[in-house]
Amino acid sequence: MECQKCQKRQATLHLTNYINGQKTEIHVCQQCALENGYIDSEDESSYSIQDLLSGLFNFNSSFAPQAEPSQVLEKEDKCSSCNLSYHEFVKTGKFGCSHCYESFGKHLNPIFKRVHSGNMAHTGKIPKRQHDRLQQKRYINDYREQMKQLIDAEKFEEAAVVRDKIKEIEQKHASSIRKEEGE
Amino acid sequence: MSLQTFINKAISPWMQEEGPDHDIVLSTRIRLARNFTNVPFPVRAEAEKLKQVSNWIKEHFDKQSFSSYQELDYISMEGLQSLQKKALVEKHLISPYLVEREKESGVLLSKNEQLSIMINEEDHIRLQLYFPGLQLEAGLEEAFKLDDWLEDKIDYAFDEQRGYLTSCPTNVGTGLRASVMMHLPALTLTRKIGKMIPAINQLGLVVRGIYGEGSEAVGNIYQISNQVTLGRSESDIIEDLHSVVEKLIERERYARKVLVEQSELRLEDRVFRSYGVLKYSRIIESKEAAKCLSDLRLGIDVGYIKHLSTSILNELMVLTQPAFLQQYAQQALTAQQRDIKRATIIRERLGLEKS
Repeated sequence: MECQKCQKRQATLHLTNYINGQKTEIHVCQQCALENGYIDSEDESSYSIQDLLSGLFNFNSSFAPQAEPSQVLEKEDKCSSCNLSYHEFVKTGKFGCSHCYESFGKHLNPIFKRVHSGNMAHTGKIPKRQHDRLQQKRYINDYREQMKQLIDAEKFEEAAVVRDKIKEIEQKHASSIRKEEGE
Repeated sequence: MSLQTFINKAISPWMQEEGPDHDIVLSTRIRLARNFTNVPFPVRAEAEKLKQVSNWIKEHFDKQSFSSYQELDYISMEGLQSLQKKALVEKHLISPYLVEREKESGVLLSKNEQLSIMINEEDHIRLQLYFPGLQLEAGLEEAFKLDDWLEDKIDYAFDEQRGYLTSCPTNVGTGLRASVMMHLPALTLTRKIGKMIPAINQLGLVVRGIYGEGSEAVGNIYQISNQVTLGRSESDIIEDLHSVVEKLIERERYARKVLVEQSELRLEDRVFRSYGVLKYSRIIESKEAAKCLSDLRLGIDVGYIKHLSTSILNELMVLTQPAFLQQYAQQALTAQQRDIKRATIIRERLGLEKS
C-alpha cells in the first residue's frame, strides 16, 4: 500500500482513529508521519542510558572519550620472546605471545583504556591453581585501601583491626612459603 | 535421507528445547578465550608449536566426558571437506576464522553440540557454550566449571594485572564474550530498535544483526554481547547484559501488544501473507525467506497461528543457509538452484507439522 500523503513511498504506519464513533484510517510512510506530526521524532530521548539501565546498580560512567597523549612509535621495541615489534603489533592489532604484554607494557594502558571503557586491570576469575596466592594479595590490597580511608577519617581503632587482618594474612602466607621451601 | 533425519542431524538437540523467555530469546552463548603459557599465539606460532597444543588437547580431552557434555570428539579442520566446514559454521559451532586458519586448527565438540572448544583459532582455546533461551547466569556457571576442568591439565597464560592473556587486546582480562540472540520483529517494525542501539552501545555492549551484514538484521534477529572484557568481573558483565536484555524483552513484548491492539488486521494479514509465501512458493531467496520466517514466528508468538511449533524459526534459519541446502541436496548448487531447494525444504518442513 502506498502512502496517502506523498503517494510515492510504501506506507509503514497505519493509524486508526475513533472520533465520536466515527472510524478513520490513515496510512502513511515514516517521513510523512514525521512531517505531519503523527509520530514524534523526539522520542529518541526516551531511550537514554539511564532508562535502559534502570535495573543496573554499580554503574560507573567511564565512557567519556579519554584524551590520550599521542603514542610515540618506537619501532625498535620488540618482544623479547616472540620478536614481534611494537610497530607490527600496532599494525595488526594482535599480540604475538603472552610475553608481549610485558614487553610493550608501557604502551598498553592507553590502548586498554580506550578499548575497555577506561579499565586497565583485571578483576575477574583467577586460575584455580594460582588462586590462593592471588586471592590473598587482592584481600591485602583491599584491606590496605580500607585502612588508609579509616586513618584519613581518624578512625584509628577500626584501622588497627584492619591492620591486624593484613598481618594475619601475611603471616599465613609467609609460613606457607617456609613450608614449601622446607620440603 | 528423509527431511526429519536430516533435521535431526542438522539441528543441535539444545536448539529444539524451549528455554526461558523463548518467545523472544532464541539462544544464549558464553565464550571464554584462553591460551597456553609459553606457546606463542596462533597468529605468530610455527605449525610445530601449534601441533603441541592440538596434540595436548587430543591426548587429554578427546573422547572424554565432563558433566552433561559427553563424548567430546576432536575434529581436525584438515580432515573436513569445505561443505562440512561451512555447515559447522552455519550451525555456529565454529567460526569462519577457524576455517581460514590452516595451522593445526580443530574443534572439540560434545555429543549434544552444546559445547564447542575451538583449538588454534585466534587464541589457542576458545570455549563456547550454547543454551536455549535466556540463561546467562547458569551459562557462566557451567562455563566456569568447564574452564576449571581444562585448567587442571593446562597451564593458562595469566597475568595478575591483565588477567587471561589473549591475542587481541579486545579480549584480555576475562576473555569472556557473552551473547544473546534475540528475535525483535515488533521493535524493528516500529523502528524503535534503531534508536535503542546507540544507547546500548554506550554501555559497553554491542548489537549486531546475526545473519546479514553490518547493522542490517536479516530475519529481525539481533545479537547483543559485551564489548568490555577488562576491569569488570564476569558476573558484573553478565549482569549488565542481562538487565539490558530484560529491558529489550519488556519493550518488544509491549511493542507486540500495541501492534496487535492497534493494527490487528494488518498484522494478521502480514503474518498470513508470509505464511502463504513460505507454504506455496517454489523459488525463494534467503532474504525473503528470513523475512517471512520472522513474520511467521511472530504470528505463532502472538497466537494467530496455533498449529505450528515455535522452534520452526530457529530450525529453518539454519536449514535454509547455503551449505545446509547443498548438504541436503548432496551436491553443489548454484544460487538459483539453492533458491529452489530452499523453497522445497521450507514447504516440506511446514508439511511435517500437520500431523
